[in-house]
Parts: sequence; structure tokens; C-alpha cells
Amino acid sequence: MAWTRKDLLSMRELDAGEITLLVDTAASLQEIASRDIKKVPALRGKTVVNLFYESSTRTRTSFEIAGKWLSADVINFSASGSSTSKGESFIDTAKNIAAMSPDVVVVRHSSAGAADLLAHELPCSIVNAGDGAHEHPTQALLDLLTIREKKGHFEGLHVAIVGDIAHSRVARSDIHGMRKLGMTVTVAGPPTLIPPFVQELGAKVSYRLEDAIGDVDVIMVLRLQQERMTTGLIPSLREYSRYWGLTLDKLAKHARPDVLIMHPGPVNRGIELAPEVADGPYSVILDQVARGVAVRMGVLLLLAGRKGADAA
Amino acid sequence: MSLVIRGGRVIDPANNVDAVQDVLIEHGKITRLGHGLETGAGVEVVDASGKIVCPGFIDMHVHLREPGQEYKETVATGTRAAAAGGFTAVCCMANTNPVNDNGAVTDYILAKAKVEGLVRVYPIGAVTKNLCGQELAELAELAESGCVAFSDDGKCVMNACLYRRAMEYTLPFGAPLISHAEDSSLSAGGSINEGVVSTELGLPGQPAAAEDVMVARDLLLAELTGAHVHIAHASTAGTVRLLRDAKARGIRVTAEVTPHHLVLTEDAVRSWDANTKMAPPLRSKRDVEALIEGLADGTIDCIATDHAPHALSEKEGEYDQAAFGVVGLETAVAVVLDRLVRGGHLPLATVISRWSRDPARLLNLPGGTLSVGAPGDVTILDLDADTTVDPSRFQSRSRNTPFGGWQLRGGPWMTIVGGAVTRAPAR
Amino acid sequence: MSSAAPRHREKAQVLDETALDRALTRISHEILEKNGGAKDLAFVGLRTRGVSLAHRLAAKIAQIDGTSLPVGTLDITLYRDDLSMRGTPVIRGTDIPFSIKDKTVILVDDVLFTGRTIRAALDAIIDLGRPTAIQLACLIDRGHRELPIRPDYVGKNLPTSRRESVAVRLREHDGEDRVVIEEPEEA
Repeated sequence: MAWTRKDLLSMRELDAGEITLLVDTAASLQEIASRDIKKVPALRGKTVVNLFYESSTRTRTSFEIAGKWLSADVINFSASGSSTSKGESFIDTAKNIAAMSPDVVVVRHSSAGAADLLAHELPCSIVNAGDGAHEHPTQALLDLLTIREKKGHFEGLHVAIVGDIAHSRVARSDIHGMRKLGMTVTVAGPPTLIPPFVQELGAKVSYRLEDAIGDVDVIMVLRLQQERMTTGLIPSLREYSRYWGLTLDKLAKHARPDVLIMHPGPVNRGIELAPEVADGPYSVILDQVARGVAVRMGVLLLLAGRKGADAA
Repeated sequence: MSLVIRGGRVIDPANNVDAVQDVLIEHGKITRLGHGLETGAGVEVVDASGKIVCPGFIDMHVHLREPGQEYKETVATGTRAAAAGGFTAVCCMANTNPVNDNGAVTDYILAKAKVEGLVRVYPIGAVTKNLCGQELAELAELAESGCVAFSDDGKCVMNACLYRRAMEYTLPFGAPLISHAEDSSLSAGGSINEGVVSTELGLPGQPAAAEDVMVARDLLLAELTGAHVHIAHASTAGTVRLLRDAKARGIRVTAEVTPHHLVLTEDAVRSWDANTKMAPPLRSKRDVEALIEGLADGTIDCIATDHAPHALSEKEGEYDQAAFGVVGLETAVAVVLDRLVRGGHLPLATVISRWSRDPARLLNLPGGTLSVGAPGDVTILDLDADTTVDPSRFQSRSRNTPFGGWQLRGGPWMTIVGGAVTRAPAR
Repeated sequence: MSSAAPRHREKAQVLDETALDRALTRISHEILEKNGGAKDLAFVGLRTRGVSLAHRLAAKIAQIDGTSLPVGTLDITLYRDDLSMRGTPVIRGTDIPFSIKDKTVILVDDVLFTGRTIRAALDAIIDLGRPTAIQLACLIDRGHRELPIRPDYVGKNLPTSRRESVAVRLREHDGEDRVVIEEPEEA
């Protein structure tokens, strides 16, 4: 199985073999984190640009560490205070950066399709670090790696994704990745936060948390954003946390004792996840973060190291 | 100054004609139809054998962008595009800058058209001042200045009471209100149709109901007031159903549909090309089928492009930031002939009617027929011409089309306005 | 990369099962002799077959000397100097579960050829810690060095031509213990 794509834009376009390659590569890179000298020369001389239009310290830091541990030169570009605030368009900014010949551009943007746009326009490799509500493939990959580590396999597992599915790129990427690896996915939340036709993506739908979390191997909890309340999608955060917030007693009553609790972060403690659950024994949230660096190292390595990546 | 069109197959739905005939145009008007019509000195002869000779096509929904947005299009370039596309007349919408909500702007447009226009230009006046949806524009003055209809197109008049008043006020003018039916509280934030594709792409969508809700409202207000309401760019099966029902009940409603809504579905959006972004958005297969059926049985009265030029910078870039709208004048006829007529979905005569007799009738315009005494506006089609859509060679100032690269068979061959050839056959 | 790898056919057998075992026994004795015993020694095998050979050497030393030496696994993929020329990097992972500080690390590989693999291994080892010394044991030295690298312990010196290849087959991976020379089949 060889990696041939110039870019990593979505989980939807990958096949099971490619997903497994990404997860396996990430798994084998994890040991670098436990070394005294966290550096291997694999991407020495390669340039990685983090083009982040949405502020995100965690994901950006994760990519930065990943690049640096592989000895790449990592440059961070954040939209505010840059040419963008002077009115330069997204495309123009990207073309200007591309003219400086980076090997990989990691892009996060609030518009769906932004990464696809760059992949089309720029000759270098593009990694989608999150484009609007569309996809966030490296998040799905680290979720998959975490799940495999804890459960030992993918096939046959059942995952419940709970929360604001409609606006979640993590949910979409997870659904695609998990389905391709033979997992069953149920999405759960208030109907106003479940997008229409989500069954067409291969997910089952539930409007009650209690029903959704029984008999699943993993509960993936999504962050609820404040603005969902102000735009009339839910009446109040209080109501959301009462009926869809995950608490210890709901877990004890309905979920399996070996269930994993996952969350892409950052957690709104007390809203979608009670603090005791977020910090409790079922939670693997910090493991996810650690896997994130390994996954991103794997992605950078496969993209920058693919045959033909060098100019000559 | 005469022109005879020789040997073409004349299809004139208004007069129920489908026969090989010659057409003679003198002093800008059609004077004779028959066989072996005379020629002589001073008579230009067009050999139309093998071609289809139709009454000049009318596109009743075009944005010419002048005054104010000349970087996208002007009366000159827009009418050049119309002629190239086989149209002899266009109706231009009021969302210019300044808005065409008073006689002075209407006069300006008509003056430009007189000097620089290549085809006939009929202005449409705004319903409300500055398209703000708060106060009525001076509709009587607009009508007197030459507006053939009223529309806030681009926006919907959200206030039902105000729209009712507009319908009542304009009753004596014999000019319809053209509704851009879109409940903005339902469509807000949406870039594409709300459906499978919007869920998959994570792009906020506009539900079909955003249109249906307003169409229903406008039909009921038309029923209340007895006004003639025309639904612009119908895009949903729901709209077709409401129209059919309303017409059966005798409500004075008419409607139009764009070529892109007849041949493209929301799947086109997957390319992330913002030339697939327009309002109303491309919808589902089910909607497209209903629209074709509605056009075939006359529930939808005419085809109109909603030609909406935009500059490159307004269409490249993030999909949700891109401007809504696509050009259409130069591709409409070929797309419809190739995909719908050749595809067996619509008879040729029906399409010709939807572009000539029907729009002329509903707007009370001269033309739309090849009767003796009618304006010498003729559209000649070549059903066998093969073309590939090349936006870089458009006459329009803008290139935002979803049909770039499409290979089409059939299209406009010659356009004649008032007896003058405004589009000559391509080499 | 379009064409399939050229097919090889066996040209000659270089070591049979017995000879291979004898070579490893001899190397084990040489290691003990050179280092004055087994104190502070550790094996690091290069994936994949170097690891099996390292385990065998450790087993022999345990037999001869009674000392149980640690064996680590090294994957040098991330240290290669030809990463982007070789298609998708397949990383099987490094696992050295002991400290190499103050130890004499004996790198074990099956075939020593250009020396580039060993150079990468040296970089990797040094990134992992500071050993007292690094020595190199290889089963076959086939010549054609491109870097100034030399083995401390050799099973067999084998002059080869560039177009030939040396295949080391081990019970643990290939079901048999043999070393053969192969050459590409004529088209």
C-alpha cells in the first residue's frame, strides 16, 4: 500500500487501505514522544506552513510539534494582523505563500471547501486542518488510532457521536472514517442539530441520549457552541445539558462498563460533559491529544515523503 | 432596407405555423411570409435552408448591471451577449446602483440602450425604494417611463402587507409584479440547497420551503388583489405544484425557469466551483424533473436566464463567500436545445414558444410572433451546430458560467433585430 | 514507479544451515574476546532480519557466558537519506526498552553493502542516548562501500558484482536458514 495523494483533504475520499496506512504509520511514530531527544531527521530541509484562518492554538501547536520532531522547518501564519486584515483575499494569500515554495501547507479555515480550493490552486501538498463544518481528517485519524489502541480492533465496534452534528466537521470525518473501517455509527442530539439526510452518510439517528449510549463501545461527545443558542437552534444551554449532557449517572445507568468517552476538545465542562466524566476513568481525551501529534507526524511524513514529492 | 430570410423552417407557435417559408422584413417590420419572395437591389438575403426560423427570443430576466456595476457588465456588453445568445430582447432588473426605483434611472437605461444596445431593452422597475422593502417606489412614474414590470429581484419583499399594496397599486398599469420568492429567515446563511449535498459538504443550505413558503404567500395575495404576479426563477417541485393549483383556480400567475435549473442538480456543487452558486440554488433531481414537466405543460410559462454577471474575484475563493449568480445569455439556447430538446424532454416548438410567444404575452410586449406587422425580430437556430462552451470568448464582460467546457449540439445561428443582423453565424 | 521489480534467480548458495550457525557461534566468541567478557554489552538489531540475528547472538552468549544481554529493535526508516526516492516510507517502529548510556552497543545487520543503512543507524542510536561505544556485526559483507564504515565482526566476506543481490533467509522469517546470491533474470 503506497501513499499517492498530493493532499489530505477529507476522510470521505480515502479508502480503507489508505486510512489503515495512516493509522499504522502514526502508531509506529508514537515512540518518538518518549525519547529524550525528540527528533528524527526524516523531513530535514522540508518546509511546512501552518495557514490558520481560524484561531486554534491546540491543533496548530500539534502540527507544529509534529513538523519539528520530524526536523522540518515550520512556519505559522495566522490571519489576523497579516495581509488578510488588509483585505488580501484567501486565494491571493495562499498563492503568495506558495510562491515561497513550501512543501506542505496545513490550512484551517471557517469556509467549507477552503482546503480543496488550495489543493486545486497550489502545487504543494495541502493538509486540511478543518474547513468550516466540512471535514477535519487528522482529528478522525487520531480518534481512530485511540480507539484501536484501547479496543484492539475496528470492525464491529459501535460508536455514538453526541452533540451538534450539523455544524461539526469532526462528526463528518469520523462518520466517514469509521464506516469505512466497518464500524457502526449513531449520531444523537436534538433534532435541530442533526443535519437532514445524515442517514445517507451511513449513520443511524437518535434524538435521545439514553437510547444512543446503551450498548456502544465509544461515546464521542462534541462541543456545544454558545451561538447555537442565540440562533434559535436550542432554547438554552441549561436545557441542552439536562437532556443531552453526559453525566456519570447517565453513564452508569445506560452505558457499558467498558465504554470509552472521547471528545475533540476543548471541553465545555458542565455542558456537554460533566467534569467527573471528562476527567474520569472512562475518558481517553488526553490520549487523543497525544495521538494527535503522532497522526500529524505520519501525515506530514507520507505527504512530504511521497515519491515524486521532490522537484527532480 | 429589406431583408428576406429564405428557405428556413419557420416555427411560429403564436400563429401555429411550422413550415418551410420565406420571411420578408421591411423597414424593421415583418411584411410578408410565403414562398419565392422577391429579391432585388437593396434586399439582403439570408439563406436559412436547414435552419429553424423563430420569432425573436425574449429573455425577461437579465441583470445588465448598468448603472453602477459596469465592471461586471454594461448595457452594451450585456446586449452583445444577448445577441450572441440568440436573443432579440431582454428585460433588465432594477438592482443596479443607483437602484432603478425612479424615472431618471429608467431614462438613463433606455438612453444607453438606444445608443449602445444591440437588442431591445425593456427595464423592470423596483417595487420598493432602494429595494429596502419598506416603502413603495414611485411605481406610476416607473411605468410611465417605460418599465414593463416591477421587481425587487435579488431580494424578496418580506412584508406581506406592503407587497399586497404594491399589487393593488399597480393594477391599472398592466405590468406584473415579478416575485423573487425567498423567505430570507429560512434561507439565511445558506449557500446551496438544503439536502444530501449540504449535509455531506457541511455547507449551510437553504431549504426548498424557503421558496415554497413565499410562492404560496404571493399566490394568495394575487388571489386577494386580482393582480398578475410572475414568479421568477422557479426552482422547486413545491413551486410547480403551487403554480398548477393556482392556475387551476384562475389566479393570474405566471412563472419562469432558468436553463441551469433545468439541467443541473445540487450534485454540481461538489466541485466546489462557485460558478455553481446562485439564488435560488441548484436543487434535487426530483425538483428538476418537476420543473421540466411544468415547463412542458405550461404551468411554467417561459424560460429566463437570470443572467447575473460577476467579476472573477467575486467567484473564486471560499464557496460561502462567493457572490450568488451565473451568466446565462450566451449558453441558454444551446444548453436547452442540446440537453432538453435533443434529450427528448421537451418538444422544439414548446421551447420556441417559451422564449417568444409566452414571455411577450405575459409582459404585453410587441414581438414574440412572426405575424405580418410584428417587429422584424427573428432568431434563427442551427440544430446541428456543434459547439464547446468557451467562457474566455464570451461577449459578456463576465465569465461566471457553470457550463464551461460543455459540448453542445444545436444553438443560435443568427439574430435579427428590427431587420438588422446583430449576430452573424460563427465561421 | 511503473515497472515491477525485476525477477531474480538463485545463482549460488553461500552458506547452508550449519555454516550459518557456525558463523554466528564464532562471532559470539569474538564479541566476548574483543570486549573482555559480556559486561555492559547490548545488542541492537536492524529490522528485520538483523533483529533475529541479534536474538540468536544473545542466546549463544547466554549459553557460552551465562550472561543474559538485552536486545533492542531499530527501524532506521526515519533516518534514511533517500526517503522521497523510495515511495511510501514503511515504518515498523523502534523498540529499545533499556538505556544505552554507558553501554557498548553492538549493531547487528544481515548484509553490509554501501554502508548507508549503518550510517543512518549510527545517527538513530546517538539520538537515543550516549553509548560508550558502538560496534558492528554483520552476517555477510558484500563489499561496494560508499561511506567509510567497517564491520567489527563478519560472518562471511562475499565479493559480489553490483547487479547481484544477496538473500539471507532465516528460519524465523523464511522457514529456512540459507544465504544465497541471486542475479536478475534476463528478460
